[in-house]
Amino acid sequence: RYYYFYIFRAIDEDRKAKYKAIVKIQRWFRACRVRAYLRHLSKMAILIQKWWRGYLRRKHFREIVERAYFIKKLEFYHEMAVRIQKRWRGYYVRKYVHNFYALKKYLKAVSVNNELVRSELQEYAEMKENEEKMKDLEKKEKEKKYQARKMHYLLSTEQIPGIYNSPSRKSPDPMELLLRKSKPLTHRKQQVKSPFAKELYDWPTCKRPPAFITSLPLLPADRQKPQGPFRDVAEVLWQRHKPLEPTLRVRESMYSPPAKAREATPREQWRNPMHDKEFLPFSSYHKNIERYEPSLCKSGKYGREAYGTKYFREVYPKKWIADKDFETQFSSIVLFDKFGKTYSSTGQIV
Amino acid sequence: NSGVVCLLRPLLLDVIPSIRQTAALALGRLADYDVELAEAVVKAGILPQLIYSLPEENRYYKKTAAFVLRAVAKHSPQLAQAVIQCGALEMLVICLEDFDPGVKEGASWAFGYIARHNPELSQAVVDAGAVPLLVLCIQEPEIALKRIAASTLSDISKHSPELAQTVVDAGAIAHLAQMIPNPDAKLKRQVLSALSQIAKHSVDLAELVVEAEIFPVVLTCLKDSDEYVKKNGATLIREIAKHTPELSQFVVNSGGVAAVIDCIGSCRGTVRLPGIMALGYVAAHSEDLSMAVIVSKGIPPLCVCLVEEHEDHIKAAAAWALGQIGRHSAEHARHVAVANVLPTLLDIFVDTRSSEDLKTKATLKNILQKCTYLPALEPLLHEAPPSIMKHIIGQFSKVLPHDSKARRLFVTTGGLKKVQEIKAEPGSLLQEYINTINNCYPEEIVR
Repeated sequence: RYYYFYIFRAIDEDRKAKYKAIVKIQRWFRACRVRAYLRHLSKMAILIQKWWRGYLRRKHFREIVERAYFIKKLEFYHEMAVRIQKRWRGYYVRKYVHNFYALKKYLKAVSVNNELVRSELQEYAEMKENEEKMKDLEKKEKEKKYQARKMHYLLSTEQIPGIYNSPSRKSPDPMELLLRKSKPLTHRKQQVKSPFAKELYDWPTCKRPPAFITSLPLLPADRQKPQGPFRDVAEVLWQRHKPLEPTLRVRESMYSPPAKAREATPREQWRNPMHDKEFLPFSSYHKNIERYEPSLCKSGKYGREAYGTKYFREVYPKKWIADKDFETQFSSIVLFDKFGKTYSSTGQIV
Repeated sequence: NSGVVCLLRPLLLDVIPSIRQTAALALGRLADYDVELAEAVVKAGILPQLIYSLPEENRYYKKTAAFVLRAVAKHSPQLAQAVIQCGALEMLVICLEDFDPGVKEGASWAFGYIARHNPELSQAVVDAGAVPLLVLCIQEPEIALKRIAASTLSDISKHSPELAQTVVDAGAIAHLAQMIPNPDAKLKRQVLSALSQIAKHSVDLAELVVEAEIFPVVLTCLKDSDEYVKKNGATLIREIAKHTPELSQFVVNSGGVAAVIDCIGSCRGTVRLPGIMALGYVAAHSEDLSMAVIVSKGIPPLCVCLVEEHEDHIKAAAAWALGQIGRHSAEHARHVAVANVLPTLLDIFVDTRSSEDLKTKATLKNILQKCTYLPALEPLLHEAPPSIMKHIIGQFSKVLPHDSKARRLFVTTGGLKKVQEIKAEPGSLLQEYINTINNCYPEEIVR
């Protein structure tokens, strides 16, 4: 009886075991399938990714290459630009900023100019020196002349030789000559030459006795000195009040023998004048108004002939070489014909 | 001291004018002589009395009063201030407007002494309205008056640019420039000093002075027989040249450099100093100008100055000027070196007796850094102190690697031996230079 139970149980277990085995197998198979599918999927994914990444990277690579190329080009251009700039800057600086030849020329010009300046200054210095020397010489001369004038009495007379004209000398001393030339000083007290006249005075810090108290004795003390570059007052007064020094002729009287001798000559001159021409009041009297004298050629028996005014040639047909008279060969020049006739002068019509 | 001032005081109020004058004259002479007497005069209150009656007095009194004021003001700024406080400035201005040239002279001399001390006093003088009157005084025919007016203008304008501008605005430059050709030496001194005081403050003032067409007339002053005229002329050129390269260029173009060089050559002593400084300034501005100075034969007189002069400041100036000439490039340094001046400079530098200032100026550094002229550097090798040795060796190390003839010369003249004897710290610049030099030669020679 339990027999069928055991058989059914066995069959059931068998069925279950088979069922489990089948499930296992199916499971395994499905898993394989899934695995294969997944493998396939992943392979596909990998493929897609591979392709996509390759594409992306290639694109990227192209960009990189482009960039690198661009940079290379840029570098090249920079390099070339640097070369150009280098050349240009060198040229520019050498030509304009630090131009060597211009500098050289300039320095030469400077040295030439310096030579000029130096020579001119040298001339100027020499001129000044000469001026100084001349001034000194003049001063000495003046001194000497003044001394000669003062010592005029030492001049030698006819009988007595002066000290500068000793008989044992061949020719007189130069001082003697100077004495002969000089005019004697007058006895009037010499106006003290103001110290202003000679050299330029420096206004002292009142160490010297102050000049203002004694300088202008002839002027009242409160006279306003007029403003302006006038001459020194002392000089002017000296000139104004200079003593009269008449010439020898005036100094002599009218009745002294030389004056009387001189009288004779004017009388003679009045008697025998050198000019024969009389004095005529107007200049027109002196003009030789020419009287007209006719020429012999033109005067005929009955008045003036027309020769010289109307015709200029005598006509002797017998003397002609050819048969014809003179004739003009050239056509007259029109322009020259019009000479003097282009404008009508008064009354005449061209 | 024995109460003289108190005795003279009542005489100032005497009835007779000549007594007043003589009393004033006596006071003036006393004050002129000594500071304490001047202070006594001020303390005794004489100045207000003097000034009070001034407008009505005659010109002799005015002259004497101006003399007293001047004598008091010249000693110190405080006394000058006291003079101003008595109201002297207005009275002096009234004197300046007077017709008599002697009075004007006294008044401007007094102004000059007041303005000399410091800028505030100068400003007070300017505020009193003295400057236009002084410019009028310069145009007067009397030489002494011109002199004093010029010196007063110079004293006023020396303190500050504003005062100088005031003087310029009154139109002084044209008149001063007209007087430069005048034959009187003392006048020329004052005129040149006035122009240089004006020009020294700023570029604009210097340009104004230059526009008055002083060149090339100023150059004739450099040949004058009077030493101080030469000095002031050189000062004027210096003040003009120091501002900008353009002004220096102008000076060079008008031949000023040659004249200054001749002037330096012909003078002795302090008179040379402004000329030397003028050359230094011109050479300092640019290398073209420095080359122009060299071409005008500027270096020999400077060397002569260095050697001959005894005073330190002149030597310092000459050393400075040579430094300015030589520092621009190798060419310039070569010219300086050829003139055989480097040993002299070295001697001055090493000498224990020269002052600090002189030593700093005589540093050869500037010239040496550009000098490639080896024959001139050789003698320096043997005597130089370490600070200079560095530069000399540096120069050798720059030139020797490239020039074989110079290398041979270096060995034969014993320079290499000297170099070996120098001990330098390893790693210092000097050691590097020595190594560079040693590397130019094969080993046996070095040992």
